[in-house]
Amino acid sequence: MASYILKRLLVIPILLLVFSVVIFILIQAPPGDFMTTYSAILAGSGSSLDAEQLDAMRVSYGLDQPLHVQYLRWMEKLFHGDMGLSLLYMLPNKQLIGERLGLTVLLALFSFFLSWLIAIPAGIYTAVNKNSFGDYFFTVINYIGVAIPNFFLALLLMWFFYSKFGWNLVGLFSPEYEMAPWSWGKFVDLLKHIWLPGIVLALGGSARLTRVMRANLLDELGKPYMITGRAKGLSEWKLILKSPVRLALNPLVSTIGNYIPQLFSGSLVVATVMNLQNIGPLLLQALSMQDMYLSGSILLVYCLLAIVGTIISDLLLAWIDPRIRME
Amino acid sequence: MTENTTPVVQNTVVTLIEDSENNEVFLTSASEEKVSIASNWQLVWWRFRKNKLAVISLFLLIFVLTIILFPDFYANQPSEQTNARQAYIPIQKLHFIKDGRLDLWVEKVEGQRNPKTLGMEWVTVPDESVDVKFFGKGMKWEFLFWETDRHLFAAEDSSERVFLLGSDRMGRDQWSRLMYATRTSLTVGMVSVILSVFLGVVLGGISGYFGGTADMIIQRLIEVLNSVPYVPIWMAMTAALPRTWTSEQRFFAITVILSLLGWTTLGREVRGKFLSIREEDFVMSAELIGCSKARVIFKHMLPTFFSHIIATGTLSIPMMIVNETSLSFLGLGLRPPAISFGVMLQEAQNVQTMAKAPWLMIPGLVVVIAVLMFNLVGDGLRDAADPYSK
Repeated sequence: MASYILKRLLVIPILLLVFSVVIFILIQAPPGDFMTTYSAILAGSGSSLDAEQLDAMRVSYGLDQPLHVQYLRWMEKLFHGDMGLSLLYMLPNKQLIGERLGLTVLLALFSFFLSWLIAIPAGIYTAVNKNSFGDYFFTVINYIGVAIPNFFLALLLMWFFYSKFGWNLVGLFSPEYEMAPWSWGKFVDLLKHIWLPGIVLALGGSARLTRVMRANLLDELGKPYMITGRAKGLSEWKLILKSPVRLALNPLVSTIGNYIPQLFSGSLVVATVMNLQNIGPLLLQALSMQDMYLSGSILLVYCLLAIVGTIISDLLLAWIDPRIRME
Repeated sequence: MTENTTPVVQNTVVTLIEDSENNEVFLTSASEEKVSIASNWQLVWWRFRKNKLAVISLFLLIFVLTIILFPDFYANQPSEQTNARQAYIPIQKLHFIKDGRLDLWVEKVEGQRNPKTLGMEWVTVPDESVDVKFFGKGMKWEFLFWETDRHLFAAEDSSERVFLLGSDRMGRDQWSRLMYATRTSLTVGMVSVILSVFLGVVLGGISGYFGGTADMIIQRLIEVLNSVPYVPIWMAMTAALPRTWTSEQRFFAITVILSLLGWTTLGREVRGKFLSIREEDFVMSAELIGCSKARVIFKHMLPTFFSHIIATGTLSIPMMIVNETSLSFLGLGLRPPAISFGVMLQEAQNVQTMAKAPWLMIPGLVVVIAVLMFNLVGDGLRDAADPYSK
């Protein structure tokens, strides 16, 4: 087990190195740099900078250096835990991302647990009551849940609550807590807001999981050990929960590897629609303003989250399934 | 299985075959023969037909394909015809009966300023109507060398505008725009899937058939691509496209970008298939009689799992449509003047606008319907793809 974990962990730095090169090329690709955008904004607001001043700023930010020098400087700083300065906010990127990273992870984990909490009982129910009204009901819900883009679901729910109840469900905090330091009150306030984006993000995933769970469990329910169990006089629910459910959960765990990274990046569009203060809207802003080191750092964080998500699922799978450990 | 005969099926025979799969009914020799000489595609079609939902979706899909080909016929106004005085007109319901006779018409609406809010409110004018005609005349459009001015619906009086799905902020007709959006979004989805199927088959094929170093490299590539967070990377890629590009260039670039990350699932599947049939007798015999590598691959191996590829491809179209919609919605994908579902949904970005004009969300519903359709057809195809399995 230890060597397996070690092997998986060793992959992280290699993948990150590959990604950092790709990301650097991507954020360098748009024509012009932040200074071009910046002077365009200044021109739009009436003031302006002349070419000399812009060049002087380019030199001081190192934007005049050749690409590989810029990349190496970026990597060097990253190794020292310095993500550079956001030209847009004039704040360290680390601080900007750090403030929002917790909310990103929290939201993803919240919707992860929510989707499992919905999917497992729903999967068990539909498999046990196959072809009942409830089964068809969940099948329809699942088809729609898979088909609906999550940002559109967010729009629909926001519209519904606004036009029916007059609630404006935007953001993760009430205005009075937005800037406040963390406290019990803020945490409770967060719980009051996080349920809607949580449901929006969880629905698509739980629809898929319910289908997998139902199919797995149906395979198990027909097996002879079920008859043995019944013959021994076990109560039906005890029997179902004891063996087939546990076996049916195995393949479900293997879906986590795709699912967690999906949740992180899926929350991006929803977060923009619902104005949630996680790193999604920050990335969108950084990309459109060509704040390249901010967008580069956020992209790297997303990659890291995706890799860690995949590895956690691998480890979970190895933990519950001895066959994988033995390989 | 290479012959492309269209299935000519007699009903009686098929019923027997259908029954035979559920319970072991004794087959007459005639139907048995029918199965044994049927081409692969015929068998797939017989199985596919049993899934009623998939068949219905397939017909809907074929109908939607005609929208892709002739959006101008279904639209009745130019997509960019604006009129600030006709903004946010609600859905005008189409009526079919007038004075007890079959006749198409919509209610005439009139804008009135609300004295308190000064906002425009649209009220129906009683006893007045705008006549609508099937196959009426409207703007001119052409398809290849053929020019016409007929449309599915058009106002009888060509100076009137009919808003079957309401109008947006700039007074553009949503129905007409939706037709063009359907063309763009579905084309992006399908073309990017075709590209990723191509990539998947070529790279998966190389990896599975030749093995060795190529296999190792492609496998590592797939592993790396699988741990990429798609949405952020897609965003960065589309943000990197030059702003000066035309809509067509962006359209093409976005299709390529979507398929670059989308081929891995299929690549894995194709590799697995190649690995499993590489050792089969028919491949060896083809090699022994001196077939070229290309012939072995394309004539002998590929056709055995081609239906699987189509099924997987169909199932990945919805993902592509949703991704394009999300990217365009964020302003990173297609941009106006291009029209796609995402571009249209941009009009509905805040709650206040949505509460005022809920019909602006219709493009989102169309996305859901399109995705459902492709999913149902894909599910049906996947189940039917392996005609010899139970």
